Amino acid sequence: MTEKKIIDREGLNQLIKVLLDMGFQVAGPTLRDEAIVYENIQSIKDLPEGWTDEQDGGIYRLKKRSDKALFGYVVGPHSWKKFLHPPERRLWKATLNESDFEIIPEESDPRKFAFLGVRSCELHAIAIQDKVFLEGNHKDPSYQLRRENAFFIAVHCGQAGGTCFCVSMNTGPRAESGFDLALTEVIHDNDHYFVVETGSDRGMDVIKKIPNRKAEAREVEHADSKIAEATAQMGRVLDTTNIKELLYQNLEHPQWDDIANRCLSCANCTMVCPTCFCSTVEDVTDITGDHAERWQKWDSCFTMDFSHLHGGEVRTSTKSRYRQWMTHKLASWQDQFGSSGCVGCGRCITWCPVAIDFTEEVPKICGSENSNTAVTKENEAPHENS
Amino acid sequence: MTQSVKKPKVAVWKFASCDGCQLSLLDCEDELLAVTEQIEIANFPEASRAVIKGPYDLSLVEGSITTPHDAERIQMVRSVSKFVITIGACATAGGIQALRNFKDVNEFISVVYASPDYISTLDKSTPISEHIKVDFELRGCPIDKMQLVEVISAFLKGRKPNTPAHSTCIDCKRRGTVCVMVSQGKMCMGPVTHSGCGALCPSYNRGCYGCFGPKETANTSSLSSWHKKQGSDNDEILRAFRGFNAYSEPFRKESELHEKENTND
Ligand code: SF4
Ligand code: SF4
Ligand code: SF4
Ligand code: SF4
Repeated sequence: MTEKKIIDREGLNQLIKVLLDMGFQVAGPTLRDEAIVYENIQSIKDLPEGWTDEQDGGIYRLKKRSDKALFGYVVGPHSWKKFLHPPERRLWKATLNESDFEIIPEESDPRKFAFLGVRSCELHAIAIQDKVFLEGNHKDPSYQLRRENAFFIAVHCGQAGGTCFCVSMNTGPRAESGFDLALTEVIHDNDHYFVVETGSDRGMDVIKKIPNRKAEAREVEHADSKIAEATAQMGRVLDTTNIKELLYQNLEHPQWDDIANRCLSCANCTMVCPTCFCSTVEDVTDITGDHAERWQKWDSCFTMDFSHLHGGEVRTSTKSRYRQWMTHKLASWQDQFGSSGCVGCGRCITWCPVAIDFTEEVPKICGSENSNTAVTKENEAPHENS
Repeated sequence: MTQSVKKPKVAVWKFASCDGCQLSLLDCEDELLAVTEQIEIANFPEASRAVIKGPYDLSLVEGSITTPHDAERIQMVRSVSKFVITIGACATAGGIQALRNFKDVNEFISVVYASPDYISTLDKSTPISEHIKVDFELRGCPIDKMQLVEVISAFLKGRKPNTPAHSTCIDCKRRGTVCVMVSQGKMCMGPVTHSGCGALCPSYNRGCYGCFGPKETANTSSLSSWHKKQGSDNDEILRAFRGFNAYSEPFRKESELHEKENTND
């Protein structure tokens, strides 16, 4: 890694401007509707200065901070998935000519995004979605284009939220790779500055365009101690030892019924999860029948339609749908993509309207009296049977 | 498209309702022209007095059954229609007028009317599907006009309409709205409510009122317990389920539970 630099608030503003001038659409945190969300921003004025978020199961509240931190919050309801894998996207249009059906392919998305304020868990989530969309036999060219064009400015977490458990998932709070630039925000005495690391040649070129100076050892220490604070603050813990085997061995554990009594099958957890990638396609015609469109939309394993096969739905019970969600995130994802499907961002806990919490449920399923905890060898993938 | 085949004949019928759903059809200004090119509107009192004789290829039925006369008339509608689609909460769930199903209707009649003897009414306001076989139900109070166009388009092309039965939350999240329940502790029916409006109310910073009725596998009791834990009282929860879709089974059962708890208090 190259030497660390220091930029101040004005430097950060310059950074946004440089990126805008380079033709990037800069997306970053901003205040809207009682939350910090990711939207397009034009300058540091759009950032949530002096705000933080307090989070617990089913609860998110904005709070004023005592300082003027620009990144003094954790993660909110949005993730960068909304830009890279948009919630609704037209795939093609078609028109009926004299005799023929003509397909009009969608023009490729010309936007180049620069993401400001990407957290370590989110970089991991993007790396996980890369595996889904860019590896294997079915690449998604539209995702690929947006992904390759994107510029990433990470921000190391200086505090952890009430539902965070990235330390358990080995995904944070320090961003290790996958960024062009990474910042640590430091507010110390009357100083407010950012320690900058470069992670790519592109990042290096950009940082050269804004006023900066070499970081002093003392400043790097302040930055590191902020990140250490976040590590010590994790709101939640999840023991992942043998988690895959333990979940597979406990597919009939009574706790699944207990969860099913509370779960609304509303799908909020899958919508906010930065790694969930499922989508459905809808074909629509207009009333003349001469025009048709195919749309891709975020879908969820919590809907009935999701498991609709010839003859009906496979997962009719909420129990089977919740079990699909949890076992996919924490177990079968490992078989499918070689890593966990959960990065410990805590969104599914905060944004579940009834506060169903992985970190509470997993120990009950995997480590309670009723659990089968005798971990043997490789287990078979689960069968759906309810 | 050159369409020499005969246009399908469509009739619109009104039962006990406010006309709001029929107006949604009239409200499809841009689409309406295309609609009338594709179908022959044979009977649509809200739009025209002209009546073309049945049988009809498609009947759109608005409103609930509240009188003995209507209970007979709906049988007639079925017998002259190949395909029946009910539109709106009145037709699919009994509507707001189904609130009387929870009380003694004769008490209302004696309070409201000067000469109660002239009033011929049924004890309950019931959805069309309790009386005849319905081919498709379009939810909403009022229905969403784009969904109506979608249902008619799908009918014309013989395909399944895209009117998913999942939660309103999915639409809410797709449009990027911040959840008002989680971020502000507001009462929201979204997690038990059928998709259809595109999660309109939360995007205006209000909880969902449940206009599209219960979603598939609605877990009403879990939502109630949560709101109760957050400080809502029995009455608030009762009222949340006693809206336009009060007589739909999941909402009815939930509200009855809270009514019982109220009388037990
Ligand atoms: S499963 Fe939950 S905690 Fe894990 S990445 Fe998804 S939203 Fe975050
Ligand atoms: S948890 Fe469900 S919605 Fe998420 S990726 Fe897996 S199957 Fe898809
Ligand atoms: S776990 Fe929570 S957010 Fe997910 S479907 Fe169930 S109730 Fe909804
Ligand atoms: S605001 Fe209501 S509809 Fe939207 S996600 Fe929250 S609970 Fe669901």
